[in-house]
Amino acid sequence: MEIIDILLAASFWEAAIRIATPLIFGVLGALVCERAGVLNLGIEGIFTAGAMAGWMAVWLGAGLWGGVLVAALAGGFFGLIHAILTVPLGLSQHVSGIGVTLLATSLSYFTYRTALPDVSSPPRIEPFRPLDIPFLSDLPFIGQALFSQTAMTMLALVLVFVTGWVLYRTPLGLAIRAVGDNPSSVEAQGLSVYGLRIGAVVVGSSLMALGGAFLTMSAFDAFFFGMINGRGWVCIALTVFASWRPGKALIGALLFGAFDAFQVRLQTEVGAFLPSQVFLMMPYILSIIALIVVARKADYPKALLVPWFKGQR
Amino acid sequence: MIRFEPRTNPGPVLTYGVPVIAAAIAILLAAIPLALADAPIIKAYGLMITGAYGSVFSISEMLTRATPLILTGLAAAIAFRAKLWNIGAEGQLYMGAMAAVAIGSGAIDGPSWVMIPIIMIAGAVAGALMLIGPTLMKTRLGVDEVVTTLLLNFIVLLFVQMMLEGALKDPMSMGWPQSEPIIDSAVFPPLLERMRVHLGLIIALISAIALAIFVKRTVWGFEIRAVGENAAAARFAGISVTKTMILVAALSGGLAGLAGVAEVAGTRGYLATDLSPGYGYAGIVVAMLARLSPVGVIASALFVASVFVGADSMSRAIGVSSYLADLIVAMALLCVLIGGFLTRFTVHFDRKTAG
Repeated sequence: MEIIDILLAASFWEAAIRIATPLIFGVLGALVCERAGVLNLGIEGIFTAGAMAGWMAVWLGAGLWGGVLVAALAGGFFGLIHAILTVPLGLSQHVSGIGVTLLATSLSYFTYRTALPDVSSPPRIEPFRPLDIPFLSDLPFIGQALFSQTAMTMLALVLVFVTGWVLYRTPLGLAIRAVGDNPSSVEAQGLSVYGLRIGAVVVGSSLMALGGAFLTMSAFDAFFFGMINGRGWVCIALTVFASWRPGKALIGALLFGAFDAFQVRLQTEVGAFLPSQVFLMMPYILSIIALIVVARKADYPKALLVPWFKGQR
Repeated sequence: MIRFEPRTNPGPVLTYGVPVIAAAIAILLAAIPLALADAPIIKAYGLMITGAYGSVFSISEMLTRATPLILTGLAAAIAFRAKLWNIGAEGQLYMGAMAAVAIGSGAIDGPSWVMIPIIMIAGAVAGALMLIGPTLMKTRLGVDEVVTTLLLNFIVLLFVQMMLEGALKDPMSMGWPQSEPIIDSAVFPPLLERMRVHLGLIIALISAIALAIFVKRTVWGFEIRAVGENAAAARFAGISVTKTMILVAALSGGLAGLAGVAEVAGTRGYLATDLSPGYGYAGIVVAMLARLSPVGVIASALFVASVFVGADSMSRAIGVSSYLADLIVAMALLCVLIGGFLTRFTVHFDRKTAG
């Protein structure tokens, strides 16, 4: 198969968008936190918690959207822990984030194991089905690539626009961006720095959890140990690559998804010559390359990682 | 209103007491998941204690667990002191283990006093190089080391998998992806007859004491502390921040690499992809519980190892998931963070006054 044929196939773009979906949620979540000045390394654990909690809610009979809600609440809960430790207490965002990842991951695994002590194969749920939108899903190419995704992918795409609109078109967004650049100026306006930062971290963490929920409720239909497999860390890298902008986050996630879908197809062509691990390494190597490319001109939010205390100028 | 005021001098009771209290609180908090899992709580705690300390065998198992944790804990402690956020100890550990196996499983042979130092050096160098790369990317290109070291963990594990299915594969392993065993002369001898605790423990203890002296008593140690406290001021004082960072990277990566050597040459005997159940990440908890003090790392590694060994044994006895250990360790990290805050600040509860 020629490379051009791969790139022109609707099934290729269908896979690319599917692979990109959890990353879109994750990058949006990470950029909301970081725009407010808080690095959230809890992301990997929050993905795990979202994947487990959402799946388990559905398995217990909550319905798919009920599961999405439960996942978002679980993400918000761990986000709140990170926010309390890093915002009013001003503790190391690096260490707190790692702590939240360890806590969320171990709590998810413990809960799963406790609820299902001795299952050999993970129980399955009925996941989100591909949409069948009248007319749109029947369009050539784009009908298959875009309009036959699941409702969660549509939700991710809508959230890109919502996040962009809130950040750039509303007073709330202006305040969130300001609190990540110059918190004292926000306080001078009579707004609560703590409130804005904590709120942003909680909402951002809920978004991250949806990325995990997509994996167990849409991409797959069960929860596995180790299934997040670094996707959260990849999102942290993509956030820098996207210069903390929702639109660029979408492009970055899609590029990433396209590359991943491409290497899977390439693997079937040249797989005989190269070990499969070389291909599996690609997403991580690509993330590092993306970081190197933008490193020099990366415009970090100015108050990122800098704790701010009330009454400080 | 709640107010926080900086505390000028926390005093020794607070400094040493807080990590102990944090660890105790984490242990007590484990009662909640135990209760939710319908386990007999008192019995579970008892089983955890006897699991870690009930016999010479269990103490030996606990010390065997503590060995890599001391080394990865030291790796995190020295790096975090210089504010080099090395979250890649897991990958550095595997690179160290792989270097030890590449040299120590038959490529060369010699007496133990030659072979053991050689595989230790090889492993430390491999681990150090794994961290010097991201550190150079940080100092030269401005690439955040947190994400690169994290991502390298996944890359290294895949690389190890690839080597175990290729160049390093044991032809006698019946298809299992594992390396050939470390040859007898390179194996770390056990410290007690018929027990697993091995020479690695001594190496880890010596490393901790050597690192403590290095940080406290040498110019380089002073420079590392200065860079960690205020990089701009250190640069102004004529300290080369880049050079110091690379020195820290070599030490930190090297220590994590040594942990890998100790695991293959002391505990496991060969390399497989399940060599470490997350020792690299747990090292961060060990370092934070120790307040980044090298000697303190010994105590906190013993605590974390006790939790792991105790919970493993408890979980076998009464069927509570052994992820409880990871949960306790994660809670201990968050508790000690909050405790660290309380040593630096006093908390005042003011009544809100009108007007």
